Amino acid sequence: MEKFVTLTSTAIPLPTENIDTDQIIPARFLKATDKQGFGDNVFRDWRFNKDGSTNSSFVLNDTSFQGSILVAGNNFGCGSSREHAAWALSDYGFKVIISSFFADIFKGNALNNGLLPIQVSEEYLKKLLTKITENPSTELTINLEQQILKTSVGEISFEIDSYKKMCLINGYDDIDFLISKKEKINAFEIAQHQL
Amino acid sequence: MGKTLFDKVWDSHVVDAVENGPQVLYIDKHLIHEVTSPQAFQELEERSIPIARPNQIVATADHNTPTIDQHLPIKDALSRKQLQQLTENCKKNNITLYDLGHKYNGIVHVIAPELGITQPGMTMVCGDSHTSTHGAFGTIAFGIGTSQVAQVFASQCLLMQKPKKLRVNVNGKLRKNVLPKDVILYIISKLGTNSGTGYFCEYAGNVFEEMSMEGRMTVCNMSIEMGARGGMIAPDETTFNYIKGREFAPKDDNFDKKVAYWKTLKTDANAVFDLEYTLDASDIEPMITYGTNPGMGIKISDTIPRINDATFEKSLAYMGFNKGELLLEKEINYVFIGSCTNSRIEDFRIAATYVKGKQKAANVTAWLVPGSQQVAKQISQEGLKKIFEEAGFKLRQPGCSACLAMNDDKIPEGEYCVSTSNRNFEGRQGQGAKTILASPLTAAATAIAGKIVTVSEEIEEPELV
Repeated sequence: MEKFVTLTSTAIPLPTENIDTDQIIPARFLKATDKQGFGDNVFRDWRFNKDGSTNSSFVLNDTSFQGSILVAGNNFGCGSSREHAAWALSDYGFKVIISSFFADIFKGNALNNGLLPIQVSEEYLKKLLTKITENPSTELTINLEQQILKTSVGEISFEIDSYKKMCLINGYDDIDFLISKKEKINAFEIAQHQL
Repeated sequence: MGKTLFDKVWDSHVVDAVENGPQVLYIDKHLIHEVTSPQAFQELEERSIPIARPNQIVATADHNTPTIDQHLPIKDALSRKQLQQLTENCKKNNITLYDLGHKYNGIVHVIAPELGITQPGMTMVCGDSHTSTHGAFGTIAFGIGTSQVAQVFASQCLLMQKPKKLRVNVNGKLRKNVLPKDVILYIISKLGTNSGTGYFCEYAGNVFEEMSMEGRMTVCNMSIEMGARGGMIAPDETTFNYIKGREFAPKDDNFDKKVAYWKTLKTDANAVFDLEYTLDASDIEPMITYGTNPGMGIKISDTIPRINDATFEKSLAYMGFNKGELLLEKEINYVFIGSCTNSRIEDFRIAATYVKGKQKAANVTAWLVPGSQQVAKQISQEGLKKIFEEAGFKLRQPGCSACLAMNDDKIPEGEYCVSTSNRNFEGRQGQGAKTILASPLTAAATAIAGKIVTVSEEIEEPELV
C-alpha cells in the first residue's frame, strides 16, 4: 500500500448526500478480475450522458475544479461493499475524501487502499463546500501525523484509529499483522474445539 | 452488567487485540462469490501466502450469472472469464464451489441458510453487504471489502473495531397483508438510511419472534440499508426447527448439544444498548419507496412528502415524481420478484397465492427469479410453478439478476420497476431504470393490475398443493 503522510491540494466539491457505491462505480463495471483501470468509470453515469458524451454540468468535468481531494455530502459511500469504489476513486487520482459522515464498509475499504477518509462537522463541511465552490484555487493541507486539516476556512483536527494511522503512514496493510498472530489463532481454534 | 446477544457472540470470537485499536476477530465461515473474490486470490498469490482454512470457505456463482439458458456457455466474455476465474481459484485452493448448474447453486445468502451452513453463534463474512441476512439465526454476519476477503483468506481472522449496539423493538399485532419486507422498509423509513452506521442491530419484540426464518432473513438482510453492518435476531425454536436435518446442520447428539448452547444466545435482561428504538406494529402498513435510497419509503396509500432539500429534489427528479404525489394507480411495466431479500420459498408462496386464478397485465414484463436451485425445485414441487404459468408468468433460473443488473437482466432506461430487492439507487437495476421497492405481495399485485395497487383481500400462507 502507498504511504500517506501529508498532502496539499485543491479540491473538488460534490455536495450531494448519500452518494452510494453504485454511483461511484456501477455494477456493470465490476466484471474485471484485477484492480486496474476502475478510474475510467468512476461516477460513470454522472460524468457521461446516455449517448456517451461528456456531461458538462457534472463537477468532475468542470476544468476549474482540480485536485486530489473530493469534498462530498453526508453519508458518503453507502450501499454495496464493493471495494471497486475505493479502487476507482484512487485510480482516478483521489487521495482524500472529506465528508460529514462515511458509511462503515466504504471507510474501511478506503483505509485499506491508502485513500484517507476525513470526517468533519456538518457546519465545517458546508463552509468548506461554499469556499471551494466560490474559489476553486482554495488549497487544503492535510497532515496525517498531526491529524490536522488546514484550509482558509479554519484549521481542524480529525479523528483516525491510531492503528490505521500507523498503517497509512508506513504503507502497511492488515495481512502481515494478522499472519503474525498465527500462533494465537491456532491456540484459539484448539480452545474453541474443546468447548 | 449483562451482555447482549451481539456481545456474547463477538466476545467469544476475539483472538487478540491491538492496544487502543482493533480486535482480532475469528471468522467461522467465509462465503465467497465471483465478483469480490478474484483480486483477493490474486493478492495472496502475488505474496505467496496460502489460504489458511479452505474448508471454512464456501463459494457460489450468483452475481454475474445468466438466469436463462444456464446450460449454455455464457455469452458475455467478461462474465464468462470472471466465473472461470472463480472455478479455477476454488479448484486450486480446495474450496467447495456450488457452480452454475449445481443442485446447491444460488444466491450466497439463500444457499448458506438452506444448506444449514449458517448456524447461531457463528461469525460469518462475505464480500457482499447483504451478508447481514444470516443474522436472522443469531449469527454475527457482515459484509466486507476485497482487502478483508484477502485477510480472512490469509488468517481466518479480521481486524475490527467492535461496533456499538443498537436495538430495534417492534411489538404489537401486524395488520393484514403486512409482510416482513414492509416491517423493515418501515423501520428504515422511520430511522433513516444512515441511522445504523457504526452499530450492530438486534431486532427484538413479538413481531420478530412470530416471524418465520424466511421473514427474519428479509429483515436482517436490509440492516445495511440503514447503515448497520449487521442485524441479529435471538435464536429460538423456530430457528432450531429450521436448521434441523439440513445438509450441513449438526446431527443427532451433536445437534442437541448445539441447541443447548444456542439457547444461551439471548440478550440478558440487564444488558445495555448504546441506542434503542421501539416501534408499534399496528402503525405499519404495506410500504413502497419513491426515491433513490431505501429510507425514502412511504405507506402505499400515502403521498410523497414535501421536503425542501437539494438531494431530495435530485432524487425525485431522477424518479420522475413530484412532492405530494400519490403513487397508487401509477402504471408499471416491470416487476421483479427475487434477490437475497425476497427470493425464498415463502416469498413465492405469497405471490402465488395472490396470482392464483388471475392473469398478469399485458403491459407488464415480470421476472420471477428464485434464490436457489433448491427454491426453484420447491416452487415446482409445491405446484406454484403451475399457478404462475397459468397466470402468465415465467420463472427464470436462480441468481442475483435484476437486483443489481450485472447480468443481462436490466430494466430499460426510464422504466419503473416494482421490485422485491433491497436497493433503489439510481441505475441500480439498469442505466436510467427507476426502482420502487416493495414486498412480494405488492409486487405480485402490481404485476396483475399493471399499476401500483393495494391488496384488499387478506392473503394467508397457502395450503401446500
